[in-house]
Amino acid sequence: MEASHFPGRHVTAAPETQAPVIQPGHTFASVTDKISAIVLTRRTPVAWLIGFAISFLITMMLLAAVGWLFVKGIGIWGVNIPVGWGFAIVNFVWWIGIGHAGTLISAILLLLRQDWRTSINRFAEAMTLFAVACAGLFPILHLGRPWLAYWLLPYPNTMSLWPQFRSPLVWDVFAVTTYATVSFLFWFVGLIPDLATLRDRATNRVARIAYGTLALGWRGSARHWYRYETAYLLLAGLATPLVVSVHTVVSFDFAISILPGWHTTIFPPYFVAGAIYSGFAMVMTLAIPLRAIYGLQDFITMRHLENMAKVILVTGLIVAYGYGIEAFMGWYSGNGYEKYVVVNRLVGPYWPGYWALILCNVIAPQVLWITRLRTNVIALFVMAIVVNVGMWLERFVIVVTSLHRDFLPSSWDMYWPTKYDWATYFGTIGLFLMLLFLFIRVLPMISIFELRTLLPEAHVKEPEDLRVI
Amino acid sequence: MPALYGLMAEFRSPTDLVDAVVRARQAGYQRMDAYTPFPVEGLAGALGFHERRVPLIVLLGGLTGAVAGYALQYWASVIAYPMNIGGRPHHSWPAFIVPAFETTVLFAAFAAVLGMLALNGLPMPYHPVFNVPRFALASRDRFFLCIEAEDPKFDREETRRFLETLEPREVSEVEE
Repeated sequence: MEASHFPGRHVTAAPETQAPVIQPGHTFASVTDKISAIVLTRRTPVAWLIGFAISFLITMMLLAAVGWLFVKGIGIWGVNIPVGWGFAIVNFVWWIGIGHAGTLISAILLLLRQDWRTSINRFAEAMTLFAVACAGLFPILHLGRPWLAYWLLPYPNTMSLWPQFRSPLVWDVFAVTTYATVSFLFWFVGLIPDLATLRDRATNRVARIAYGTLALGWRGSARHWYRYETAYLLLAGLATPLVVSVHTVVSFDFAISILPGWHTTIFPPYFVAGAIYSGFAMVMTLAIPLRAIYGLQDFITMRHLENMAKVILVTGLIVAYGYGIEAFMGWYSGNGYEKYVVVNRLVGPYWPGYWALILCNVIAPQVLWITRLRTNVIALFVMAIVVNVGMWLERFVIVVTSLHRDFLPSSWDMYWPTKYDWATYFGTIGLFLMLLFLFIRVLPMISIFELRTLLPEAHVKEPEDLRVI
Repeated sequence: MPALYGLMAEFRSPTDLVDAVVRARQAGYQRMDAYTPFPVEGLAGALGFHERRVPLIVLLGGLTGAVAGYALQYWASVIAYPMNIGGRPHHSWPAFIVPAFETTVLFAAFAAVLGMLALNGLPMPYHPVFNVPRFALASRDRFFLCIEAEDPKFDREETRRFLETLEPREVSEVEE
């Protein structure tokens, strides 16, 4: 690999021992053709058709489950008093956590000048949007009267009511809607030059008009690029504190309450780490089959997978530290209720959930210390699925074990999800996958223009006798 | 004959393009633009283009968001709909910081995107450079320099001869 000659955006070459971020031998034309062909000319793979059909059917199941919910109300779910939150909030937190990887990869890794982010940022951003869309469904469905969801927003109304700004649930509305909007802007701005590429390469008239409209007339002018890069960098700078704030606010939904097991200061950092952890696991879950099906091993190399595995390992350790502190504080607080929450998690009626989460999130990822497993695609794929499951279990344990046995034993009860809970949960997985299948079919899943900048010939060689004016 | 927008030279590498821009400026041309498939470091500088308006717009957007977000909460919680919630003051400023932060980011992000697009004059459905058939490669692997007819030094023959000296792949006329 050739190191860059000046301090640009694409800075460091990999150490000799690491795989390159892009296989040698590619040119501007070859990366453009290879990625745009997936959308424009290559036959749709059979795997795509099968995958889309299955995810479409699962989405129809979601539609049925939600339709019945609208008819009957949330009584069809397993929620009760004391467990008023149940699957809706478990799934909300799980999805929003998954959504964090996209912005993290796009924004924070851009600011940290990690050039390996380039091959995975586009579909990680798309994944973020779809995950946030799935996440947003749950609190709205959980409202009971979802058609009045707009009451959450501040607007002048005939009832003369305003939202309660001291409530973390209102903060959540602001945090999640801002996050969804900014993630969309970031994704769209990143797409504009690639949409122009598709416009110029499409032979189909309809496709050319569609991509041309979305490309907004982008022509790659040097002045435009200059402002574009400034705006993109500033967006990354804005998205960085935003991504940290979103899961912090989600954790406030819990931490600001007085419930034992929730009322703790470790929640914000531990939730943010958990979000990155699950988000990278989901990126890996998607990247591994995608690179195999579309033959993108040149662009999503072992280096990407190994780096993601390292991020999973590190954030997994932070999450493990969070579990440790939770248990420690239960004992150290000297508070009987806090102590009981810990005991109840370890040996109470939901003990299998707790121990399964420790197995999935703390013990299993330690195999990533071993280089051979960290560079084995199958092992990484299995590991990523295990982490996805583990992080879902974590949210289940947090939500259900704290709620089902709080201060008064007379108010204790058990919570079991119903088939509608499961149908809604799996239904959103179907919706997520369906949107993702559509995305990879109609938009370039890897940022083409950013890949071009990674090539050695993208760097301007400055001769001695010419000085930039 | 249709009016001429300018003359366009096509290059194979970013180095050749930056080189061409520097030479064109040394030759006294002022009205020109370069078109590339990705952001080329130093190209805007070579064109003599220095602008600081996008960061300023983003700053103003962020400040507007912060003030608007906080003012909305103050007005709703203190003036329009004062409620005693667990004895907390109507003006609970620590709680108001969270939504105000979110509106700051939201407004700043919109300012960045809309400001960038507006300064770039986008969306723009038609532009003369698209009349050159080979310009489709500007979004793939080719680099273009267009000296515009509005340039005081522009002369159809003279400028074409000058562009030929830069060893481009070809020089084409851009119709208005």
